[in-house]
Parts: sequence; C-alpha cells; structure tokens
Amino acid sequence: MSKVPDQLRYRESHEWIDPTSGAVGITDHAQHELTDVVYVELPKIGAVIKAGDQVAVVESVKAASDIYSPVSGEVVAVNDELADDPSLLNTDPYGEGWIFELKPSEPAEFKVLLDAPAYRQHIA
Amino acid sequence: MVPFAGWEMPVQYSGIVDEHKAVRATAGVFDISHMGQFLVHGIDAEKFLNLALTNNVAALGMGEGQYTLLLNDKGGVIDDLIAYRLAPDRFYLVVNASMIDEDRERLLSLVGELAVKLEDLSAGTGGLAIQGPKSAEVLARVLPGTVFPARNTIHVIQHAGQTLTLCGTGYTGEKGFEFFSPAEHITTWFEQFVEAARAEGGMPAALGARDTLRLEMGYPLNGNDLSPEKTPLEAGLGFFVNWEKGDFAGKAVLANQKASGLPSKLVGFKMTVTSPPPRAHYAVLHDGEVVGEVCSGGLSPTLAQGIGMAYLPAALAKPGVLIEIEIRGRRFAAETVKKPFYQPPNT
Repeated sequence: MSKVPDQLRYRESHEWIDPTSGAVGITDHAQHELTDVVYVELPKIGAVIKAGDQVAVVESVKAASDIYSPVSGEVVAVNDELADDPSLLNTDPYGEGWIFELKPSEPAEFKVLLDAPAYRQHIA
Repeated sequence: MVPFAGWEMPVQYSGIVDEHKAVRATAGVFDISHMGQFLVHGIDAEKFLNLALTNNVAALGMGEGQYTLLLNDKGGVIDDLIAYRLAPDRFYLVVNASMIDEDRERLLSLVGELAVKLEDLSAGTGGLAIQGPKSAEVLARVLPGTVFPARNTIHVIQHAGQTLTLCGTGYTGEKGFEFFSPAEHITTWFEQFVEAARAEGGMPAALGARDTLRLEMGYPLNGNDLSPEKTPLEAGLGFFVNWEKGDFAGKAVLANQKASGLPSKLVGFKMTVTSPPPRAHYAVLHDGEVVGEVCSGGLSPTLAQGIGMAYLPAALAKPGVLIEIEIRGRRFAAETVKKPFYQPPNT
C-alpha cells in the first residue's frame, strides 16, 4: 500500500506539495510505478512558474516523465542531492527525495488540489 | 502492462533493474509467448530457406540452429530470426511477434515451384526464456534429467503427452534457453520455472529488463535498430550473410552496396558525461551537425552508464569518435564504442 501523508496536497499526475514549506516531489505511488529513478532534471532557482507548468523531468530506466507544478510561484530551492543520488526519489519520496521548493503566489490554488483521502481514492 | 505486437505484456514484475541484475547473477524467466514459430518442411525445405534467408542453412547439422535474416527486395530487413534444423527436410523458425504476418507473406511469396510447406505454429505455441548463469540448475529442477541445450541447438522432447521444444539461445548474452510448449500449458510451465528460478535466487523478468539486457549486448531490436530501409550490412550483421551459397532474396542489392560502400552503419555509443538516459529518436551530432538519431538507448544497469546505438555515416562508424546526443534541447557528450557494451563472464 502506497504512503499518502495527510498533511500534503496532490495533483492527479502524482506530484505532491507541502502547503507549509512549498516543497514539491512525486508520490510514493509514482516512484513505485516508475521504479529505479536514474536522473532528475531540476528547474532553475528563481524561475517563475504557473500551476500545471512542466518544471522538471524524472527519468527511470523505463521512461522519461514530466513533472508539473501543483501551484504557481517562484522556485526558491532545488534538491541538488538528486544529481548524485536520484534514487532518493525511490527510497524517500516525501523526505530526502523532494525535488524543488516553491514560494506560492496564488494560495487559492491549493483548494483545487487533492487532499490525502481524495488522492488515495485516485490511485485505488 | 503495455500493448506489444497485439499482446498485453508487463514492462516489469518487481522492477527493471532488479530483474536485469537477477538475469546477470542467477536466473530470470521471461514469458515469450508472443514470439512466432514456423515449421518449414518438404524435400525442397533447405533450398527454399537458402533462397529466402541470408545465412546458409546447409551448414546446419541435425538439431543445430543459426541467426539469420529475411530481407525485402531492397535488401532491407523484414525480420531477424533463428532457424533450426529438426530433420534433413524439416526446419523450425523462431521469429519476432510483430512480424509474424509479414514473415509468412514474404516467405510464401518466395516459394514458387519448390516442394515446401510452411506451417504457422505461433497461435498454438507458448514460450518462455530462462536466462542466466543458473539456467541449467533451473531446468534440472523443473525437468530433471533433461539435457540442457547447448548454444544454437534445439531439442524436441515428449513429456506427459506434450511436445516440448528447448532451444539453446536467448536475447540476454547469458547462458540460457528458450522453451516452447502447447499454449494451453504455458502458464503452468511459467509458474514452475519461476518457482525453480526463485529457488536459485532468480525471479520472473519482463519486457523492460529484456530490453536493457539485449541493449548491453548490442543485440538489435527489430523496429528500433533493424528496419526495411536498412540492410544487414548497415546493421553490422554481415557475419550472418552468406555469399557463397548462391542466390537469395536481396543478394544483388547487398552486393551492390558492398561494392559501392555502405551509406551508414549501426554503431554503439556511451555517454561520457552524466546525462539523462539516451533514448530512441534523440538527435546525434558530430562537429555540431546532426548526423543521425538514436535507435535504441538507455541506462545500462550493469555499467550504470548511458549507452545506445545509432546509424551514422560510414566515415564516423568506428570506435572513439566524439559525438553529442541532444536531449530536450541540451547536448551531452558521448563517444562511439565497440559492441558489446558488456561481456558476461563464462559465456
């Protein structure tokens, strides 16, 4: 059973965002489906993005998958550790496997994201 | 699950890298029921196959097999296959799933006046590939006393009323065999071989690992690395074209190409910097100019490095040429290398 932490919000395309910190990553379900992440292409710090923009790419042995921003905002940090160890997305998708951090500009956008029970239903 | 040649097939069971490593270290069991089988028999069977295919079946003794190619009139590759001799006038062909219909049409079109019959056994035949250094131990657990088929040989045995065919081949570079049974029994055989493989430290393996394993060996995949537009000479498969045996379909075109020089050649390359995995259709550059595109590529689980194959102009088709692969608008350094990318020990 995939982990779906209660405090996070989710896109149907399997990204999560922490409403408190603005950290974004992919869900446990997504990493399990992808398996063996081998490369992560990060956004640039300072990039201003809109909700739904393609901002990163996660490559597994199987395929390249686009990562979309759950909300609009400015990229304020990226996880450089992923360059050395992309498998952090597999081992700790909600912790050390975070991809980038946003400073959200449209707080109302969080309301259209899925909460944990809705995301659990989405992947059931 | 993904659609593949009309079948729904898994890309992975537990994970591509795990399955890949299991095949290299112990044993993996692949379901290859999608693959096609033809029986070719009749007094002209040998003559017919030497006309239809590039390699020389006359060189095959009883129970021996060879890699060979079926070409179109332009000398381009319709399919790559393995032909085994079961009897002086009886041959067993194992072909790619996606090409069964085209192969049958092409073969039938070449029969002419020859006394030969072609039977398509594909629909009634299920298949497995058991691959890896422990594959003989796996066979011994499932069918004790059965002789392990040596590389490029075929054994047909009777077991509990079933005709079973064992071929000493595979698509991984490892020791191993392919196993064919009546389609209605293949699920049971799969379960038995998987249980035996697990007992040897192995596991079931799916399409994803099959692709990374064959790529490490530099084996071409029809549809990616072989095409109706490219001859076997361009694909680097000249070893499987026999010039001495007389005429065969496509020979004149190949002879012309050999005399006038190959326009392109399939080469292997390795990424020399950290990069996303090179994948099919990415542009290949040399001195800033696009010189080709990747036909197969990915991250080699054994080498932990991006590898791939591409058709490049003949002048660049040698090891040590510096190239770049364009991935989402960025260029990453790579270098042409000799195939295979990886040589399994003890094979």
